[in-house]
Amino acid sequence: MAGNNKAFYSFEPINVGRYVIWSLFALVLAVAPLLFTSSLALTMLSQIGYLIIILLSYNILLGQGGMLSFGHAVYVGLGSFVAIHAMNLAAKGAIPVPLVLIPVVGGLAGMFFAALFGFVTTKKSGTTFAMITLGIGELVASMALMFPGFFGGEGGITTNRVYGAKFLGLDFGPQIQVYYLVAVYCFLCTAGMYAFTGTPLGRILNAVRDNPERVEFVGYNTQRVRYLAFIVAGFFAGIGGGLAAINFEIVNAVDSLSGIRSGGYLLFAFLGGAVFFFGPIIGAVLLVFASILLSELSKAWLLYLGLAFLFMVMYAPGGVASLIMMNLRVAHFGKLRRLWVSYLALAGTALAMVLGLAAVVEMIYHIQLNSALGPVVPFMGAKLNTQSPDTWVGAVFVVLTGAGLFEVTRRGFKQQWDMIQEDIEREIKRREAA
Amino acid sequence: MTSEFATIQLLNGVSYGLLLFMLSSGLTLIFSMMGVLNFAHTSFYMLGAYLAYTISGVVGFWPALVIAPLVVGGLGAVFERYSLRKVHKWGHVPELLVTFGLSYLILELVQLIWGRSTVPYGLPVQLQGPLFTLYGTQFPKSRSFIMLVSLVMLASVWLLLTRTRIGLLIQAALTHPHMVEALGHNVPRVFMLVFGGGCALAGLAGVIGGNTYVTEPAMAGSVGSIIFVVVVVGGMGSLAGAFLASLLIGVVQTFAVALDHSMASVLKDTAMAITPDSFIYPLASLTISQVAPILPYLFLVLILIFRPKGLLGTRED
Repeated sequence: MAGNNKAFYSFEPINVGRYVIWSLFALVLAVAPLLFTSSLALTMLSQIGYLIIILLSYNILLGQGGMLSFGHAVYVGLGSFVAIHAMNLAAKGAIPVPLVLIPVVGGLAGMFFAALFGFVTTKKSGTTFAMITLGIGELVASMALMFPGFFGGEGGITTNRVYGAKFLGLDFGPQIQVYYLVAVYCFLCTAGMYAFTGTPLGRILNAVRDNPERVEFVGYNTQRVRYLAFIVAGFFAGIGGGLAAINFEIVNAVDSLSGIRSGGYLLFAFLGGAVFFFGPIIGAVLLVFASILLSELSKAWLLYLGLAFLFMVMYAPGGVASLIMMNLRVAHFGKLRRLWVSYLALAGTALAMVLGLAAVVEMIYHIQLNSALGPVVPFMGAKLNTQSPDTWVGAVFVVLTGAGLFEVTRRGFKQQWDMIQEDIEREIKRREAA
Repeated sequence: MTSEFATIQLLNGVSYGLLLFMLSSGLTLIFSMMGVLNFAHTSFYMLGAYLAYTISGVVGFWPALVIAPLVVGGLGAVFERYSLRKVHKWGHVPELLVTFGLSYLILELVQLIWGRSTVPYGLPVQLQGPLFTLYGTQFPKSRSFIMLVSLVMLASVWLLLTRTRIGLLIQAALTHPHMVEALGHNVPRVFMLVFGGGCALAGLAGVIGGNTYVTEPAMAGSVGSIIFVVVVVGGMGSLAGAFLASLLIGVVQTFAVALDHSMASVLKDTAMAITPDSFIYPLASLTISQVAPILPYLFLVLILIFRPKGLLGTRED
């Protein structure tokens, strides 16, 4: 690192932890499809790959800039549309763009639209910003239906990703090749966005989030900082959109530009953890598991999701990532052993509560939708009869018992947890003094 | 456009605008008092409609008109007490997020209890039929009832805030919460009342909006983004601005959906006629009624570019 024209010798220690983590990330991306070979797993892995990019780009706004956007699907979706049109044009030979560069086309489109709409949205911050992004999102979503020529109306636009000359012998027909394309982009974009957090713009963006007034006094234009960050986020969102277009070979305006989609990005970026860089990666995994597996399992999955989100905002606003980091800290000080009994108790009582609740919800849904199929609901291997009062009383009893015991264990756990945190604080002070 | 068409459309627009105002007034009140943007506000509107449907099936519409908003207000107060207050210390973005989560939850619960399709929430006998007939076009009683209720509500909220002791307390808690607390008033309870009151107003709008329009799970989403537009266009936290913007958007939207003109049809017989093979034809052939859904949002963008603080707003941020 030391430049030749420097008059002094400088030494930077190699950051071993960083190299290990990034190598592991690359390894996981490379090995995952070899471990999970079913076609469902491969589809899920591809989706996780580009959702990581999208959620991380969303977190540039939410986590790093404090900008709560309700319209992120606009940049992802428009990126998808431009990418799919580029693929169709390239297949006709009108433009010489190989498939491997299509996500970049999507990215540039996302960047262009972010520059266009961001000029209006980033004029404000905080809650007003949130409302304006919502309005712009609705504007774009309803406008898309007015121009069926470009957006394909209700049916959407389709394409074929296999076109042109092969790239290093790959034609990207099989899903596994698409996965590796997604994985390479995922790694590059994650690295790029991580690097962005260290740039002067990334640092000042954090300052704008924490104390915009002081940043203005130092001489920066906060609106400009937000605008630039918005454009960067739009670029990465567009790349994610382009990859989604390659993966599905179809884009539909009703779905991909909708406010529901934007809400989903917000929900899972937050659930994963917006305060840590890697939180949205967890969020992307959760999103795919929830939307593919949980939605298969239960019709009421949005209800469970809403409940989980509500409790997360109330009790763990740093998301799953913050829970992991807090426990890592406890483990680092060698005190995790004291907690595992409480964790077991918490998990057991929570499981009882959730099972009881799920039984009630499933029975109500069954009465709503499938009562023609008879009164019996299959639930986790058991058969619940919606007409017998016994099952209802039993289910409610399980909920109440679970909730009561959970509250008792939670109080004990909180005491224990606070004590450990105090111990850690003391330990840190002692080490500093030594 | 004939004059009777214009008059009836104007009345329809004003009644829709007043319904929007009932929603946006609660939102604005909560926002200007507590700084909380209640994302679930239209979910309370929907809840009001569904509760009124169930309650009016038992005791009739008129008691439901009172009971349903009270229940919705109570639910709002409970939510404020046990959920919103917990995240208050983390700032406004987590507050917005928690109401966002609530909007998912209410939507799912409504679908769980009342099903995924429309419920037959009809008008009571007294509100059926036209109020008067103007040049052969009828103006329904239910729409005039919306106008009446919202004007009464506007007057009573204004009187409550400016002429009563509790209203003065609320105003004081808005600007000097610490001083009011030092004088021995329970400020968190005032906030709880304000939040519950705002939700009750949304519930009231739901009771009368639900049977005039449609009661379905999508009703929260369909007005949700519109009232956010109203609040931003009127100026964040300005009740008068919300009133103006609601009427404006209500009237503009009602007129727009009824007009079948497009740029191409207007210019058809002039020298500048646009032919189907012209490249701007897809844009020029859109009729005003097709463009109607996006007009509020276009309005929002224009306001933000030319008058960022809103029509009557004072806040610059």
